[in-house]
Amino acid sequence: MRLRFILPLMAFLVMVVFLGIGLKLDPHDVPSPLINKPAPVFTLPQLHAPQKTFSPADMAGKVWLLNVWASWCVSCRQEHVYLTEFARDGSINLMGLNYKDEPAAAMQWLERLGNPYKISISDIDGMAGLDWGVYGVPETFIIDKKGIVRHKQTGPVDPTILQTIIMPLIEQLNRES
Amino acid sequence: MKKIVLCLFLLIQSVHAEIEVYQFTSPELELRYQSLTEELRCLVCQNQNIADSHAELAQDLRRKVYEMLSSGQSNAQIIDYMTERYGDFVLYRPPFNARTILLWFTPVLALLIGALGFMSILNRRETNADEQLSQNELARIKELLYLKSNKK
Repeated sequence: MRLRFILPLMAFLVMVVFLGIGLKLDPHDVPSPLINKPAPVFTLPQLHAPQKTFSPADMAGKVWLLNVWASWCVSCRQEHVYLTEFARDGSINLMGLNYKDEPAAAMQWLERLGNPYKISISDIDGMAGLDWGVYGVPETFIIDKKGIVRHKQTGPVDPTILQTIIMPLIEQLNRES
Repeated sequence: MKKIVLCLFLLIQSVHAEIEVYQFTSPELELRYQSLTEELRCLVCQNQNIADSHAELAQDLRRKVYEMLSSGQSNAQIIDYMTERYGDFVLYRPPFNARTILLWFTPVLALLIGALGFMSILNRRETNADEQLSQNELARIKELLYLKSNKK
């Protein structure tokens, strides 16, 4: 007889726990299958010098960051100030993938707000972004010395993410041979 | 008035701009394009497939599917390309593996639990029905019926 009351209560509690977990999950944070895989290859013109190209292979032997951004992207503007601060001393190899943007608008944006990138790359038709599994700018990838993607940050970075996730990982990867 | 008409025109234009038309060399290719785009999920508006979605990413993914089909790649190659970049999440028909085992088996499990519960209820009912009335109870019934018919 008591089982009749306890069973539904148990079922209810199990449901509460699962729904509670579901509330905490962010469905937009899709884990990237690229993690621990070689960085996808592309060769694209540089934003500020279109006659020159950039390819991930150019960064072999270095730990570097690829930040996907666009001048039309609102959250990119939000993270821009933190990225600029982060890259100020020049010790970080921050590259920008200018995703589906007008080069003129992108350059104007960087001129007005400051340019944290060592090199910006023009991905006008977004096909390189597609190869990297980009689905919502801004996104930030960390690539190790061997050219392996080690981390992906979806959405804008903030000082907390930079200090607790990104910086420690860069330091760790710098120590790796 | 002119402004309103102009606005309406602009509206129509923008609606048209979102639907791109692809030329296929064979109807079979077009069918494959349709079935593939219906099976791939758009990651921006996550409850839509890329055939229905107007998101820019969905447009790009459709273009990629079209290009890959046109260059003679198989459905499996296209699905592999997508999952290598976006994970199993991009598939509306999730594959069967360790991570999705719960997803696949929960309906069966729920059905089993329900069936067990149902059977135990049925069992209990049957045992109740099997119970024979004792002689005392039968006598009492007769008495009650007799009383009732006498009262009339």
